[in-house]
Amino acid sequence: MSVLGEDIKKHVGLYVKVGVTLLVLTVVTVTVSYVRLVLPLAVAVALIIAISKGSLVASFFMHLIAEKRAIYWSLVLTVAFFLALMFLPLLGALDQIGTSTQTARPAAEAAH
Amino acid sequence: MDHVTTAEHAHHVVHEHELSWIQTYVFSTDHKVIGIQYAITAMVFLLFGFTLMMIMRWQLAFPGQPIPLIGNFLGEANAPGGQMLPEFYNQLGAMHGTIMVFMGVVPLAVGGFGNFVLPLQIGAPDMAFPRINMMSYWAFFLGGVVMIASFFVPGGAANSGWTSYAPLAVTATTGQTMWLVGMIFLITSSLLGAINFITTTIQLRAPGLSFMRLPFFVWAQLVTAFLLLLAFPPLEAAGVLQLMDRLAGTSFFMPSGLVVSGRVLENSGGGSPLLWQHLFWFLAHPEVYVLILPAFGIVTEIIANNTRKPIWGYRVMVASLVFLGFMSFIVWAHHMFITGMGTTMSSFFQTTTMIISIPSVIILSALFISLYGGSIRFTTPMLFALAFLPMFGIGGLTGLPLGLAPPDIHLHDTYYVIGHFHYVVAPGTLLALFAGIYHWFPKATGRKMNDLLGKIHFWGSFFAINGVFMPMFIQGLAGVNRRLYDGGQGYAHAQEVLHWNVFMSYSAWILAIFQILFIVNFFWSIKRGQKVSDNPWHATTLEWDAPSPPPHGNFTRPVEAYRGPYEYSVPGDATDFTPQSLPSATRPQPQRA
Amino acid sequence: MDIPYTVAERPDTGLNNVKLGIWLFLASEVMLFGGLFSSYVLLRVGSFEWPHGFDMLNIPLGTVNTIVLISSSVTMVLSWASLKMHDLGKYRLYMGLTILLALTFMVIKFFEYGEKFTHAHYPWENTYLGIYFTLTGLHGLHVLGGVVVNSFLWGPGTKMWRTAPERFTNRVEVAGLYWHFVDLVWIFLFPVLYLL
Repeated sequence: MSVLGEDIKKHVGLYVKVGVTLLVLTVVTVTVSYVRLVLPLAVAVALIIAISKGSLVASFFMHLIAEKRAIYWSLVLTVAFFLALMFLPLLGALDQIGTSTQTARPAAEAAH
Repeated sequence: MDHVTTAEHAHHVVHEHELSWIQTYVFSTDHKVIGIQYAITAMVFLLFGFTLMMIMRWQLAFPGQPIPLIGNFLGEANAPGGQMLPEFYNQLGAMHGTIMVFMGVVPLAVGGFGNFVLPLQIGAPDMAFPRINMMSYWAFFLGGVVMIASFFVPGGAANSGWTSYAPLAVTATTGQTMWLVGMIFLITSSLLGAINFITTTIQLRAPGLSFMRLPFFVWAQLVTAFLLLLAFPPLEAAGVLQLMDRLAGTSFFMPSGLVVSGRVLENSGGGSPLLWQHLFWFLAHPEVYVLILPAFGIVTEIIANNTRKPIWGYRVMVASLVFLGFMSFIVWAHHMFITGMGTTMSSFFQTTTMIISIPSVIILSALFISLYGGSIRFTTPMLFALAFLPMFGIGGLTGLPLGLAPPDIHLHDTYYVIGHFHYVVAPGTLLALFAGIYHWFPKATGRKMNDLLGKIHFWGSFFAINGVFMPMFIQGLAGVNRRLYDGGQGYAHAQEVLHWNVFMSYSAWILAIFQILFIVNFFWSIKRGQKVSDNPWHATTLEWDAPSPPPHGNFTRPVEAYRGPYEYSVPGDATDFTPQSLPSATRPQPQRA
Repeated sequence: MDIPYTVAERPDTGLNNVKLGIWLFLASEVMLFGGLFSSYVLLRVGSFEWPHGFDMLNIPLGTVNTIVLISSSVTMVLSWASLKMHDLGKYRLYMGLTILLALTFMVIKFFEYGEKFTHAHYPWENTYLGIYFTLTGLHGLHVLGGVVVNSFLWGPGTKMWRTAPERFTNRVEVAGLYWHFVDLVWIFLFPVLYLL
């Protein structure tokens, strides 16, 4: 184990601080939702906050900030493919160039 | 070092753990036993899938004619009077693909060869997680049982293609539900196996075995494991969603207002059939690299060994392998060019698809170049390995027009596609797998398979298999659609190329006859094959240091690697091969029994 | 026969086998939930109408659940830290709290589902509910799985502390990694389903 018994006490304080930060960010994200921003902005804000919270959990609770290369790079790879899975089908659905205009999706308007 | 395994310790261990027959041969946690279980089970499924195809090929050659020999045993629902119904043809088609890919080739290439060879090649006593390894085999077995059982439920097996596109698959008979359940078992098996392979390769390499000293076979299995690990889960998710559409009436993949057999469906609609395609192909494209990468690995080992030369361009091959694995995740929509996607996305996927052909060409070229200047031994494994090269070349080249949207408009869903992918997997991977079986059989059993039978098996199979698949390009270019139960008979544009169906079917049945030679050779040689030494091929990699067959724990002395994996014909060395585990190259090698 | 590096770390990678194994498993889980999130995105973008989460779901309850799960992540990591400090008593306290918080999450979820079913809102009513139930249902199954594992580690599993304390600590760490991942998924699920 890379963390010794005495270092751990400092880490305990850190864990509690991270926990509190997460709770604060939760309150923030819920409060902002009541503002009822337009959807693209609401999505951006929600994702930014969620990614921040997720990064805190991953970096400190899961100790990723000090983790070894094999794990770190496996996860970088995973995130890259996760993003491909998220965005490529979406971009495909939104790309109407070269298709018949009669099949243009109404959601592009309805989503606003 | 935690894992010094002396002969004494091994002896002690064997006596300490007196396992029952069931623990030794059925619920074993030994990677070699599990590997053999995977291999034999997979070969049985391969034979079953092959049989399904042989029945299909009767119908394609002689549409509507009663099937000889077995026609009356197929059941009234499938083939009344021995004449195949289109519904049954569709079952055969869907299950042939499913069984060959998920229950045949991958379990043999990865579960069989990977499990048996990988720990030995890295000098490890077993896999990192032996019990999970055992569970992965039984998950595979159960998945296979569910798949086969699906033939016997009302409505028969899945019949919507191995691709199970919505909405057809969602409205299909019970067999499709069993297909989905079976897939969940099979996917679970692969995920458990992938975790094991990656952890084992990273953690259990013997001292001195750095990554760039690994045999190419190990690299191939490592990249394959990453593909399985990261590409399968979205299909598992999709499988759950399709199960819900079928059983719970949800509409993840069901569009609004769908009318089936004259009746409007009662589900909510609002779903997307394209969503299924995205999720399916996100797995299924990396899956085809899962099908080919182990074959690259096997062929590389055998070529190095039988040319008595190091592989040309090892580092470039490794880099290409890794790059190929990465790219395989971002090409999938080339299976969806005719779904109405816009030109921007189409261009993106065409570009990535063209780029991904580069590493494949590099690997193939490196293997060809490796032959140059070699002292080639035409052993049975080498014959199969050599044949793999041009066969994979044809498969790969024929993929290029499919990866570009304009020609794909003409070729999509025709026999050209079937010809392309079969060339890569059947004359390609399958020949490589045969090569691997002949090559590693002595390590697993201490005996060689019969050479004469092996060579007859090779030549007969090589010509017959080309006879089955080459004419498919002709039919495809003429526009004959795939998945037609009458082989195109009903279409005017197919008439001129229909006669090829008979030729292809006879080729398939002749191919079957040559496999009988292999099956006989395989089982006969287990007991009566010529006994050989631990390293009959005079190979350099670590598995040949172990006894044949290796005991529980694999090595009777501590293993350490001192050099690269392909030190053949090194100038100044005592012999024309210097094992990885030999400290000094100039010392004569110890005599082996 | 000994498999090396089951407890001790391999010098060049700095890892033991179980830690690498669990991270690889979590990578596959990222892709599993990724498939479902991708489905959510495509279904929403392709729809004529899509309700806002705040019109369909109970935000206060969802917020409470988020707080509950984040707190359980804190107690989980503290339970591991307690073992590192050789305090079995504190370990059992924090692990016990983790399990209780997880069960609280499940109870609240059960109540939320119940509310939906009482008003005859089932997964097959529309694609919004379909993907909502699937995403939260799969997440809920993962929470249950975590409860089972953690309960074992809190109860009978603790025996290993006496015979192989470092191995036991590793097990708790690995269970913690899984548990934090479950929390992480919820951190994305909550805003996506409830707030947008």
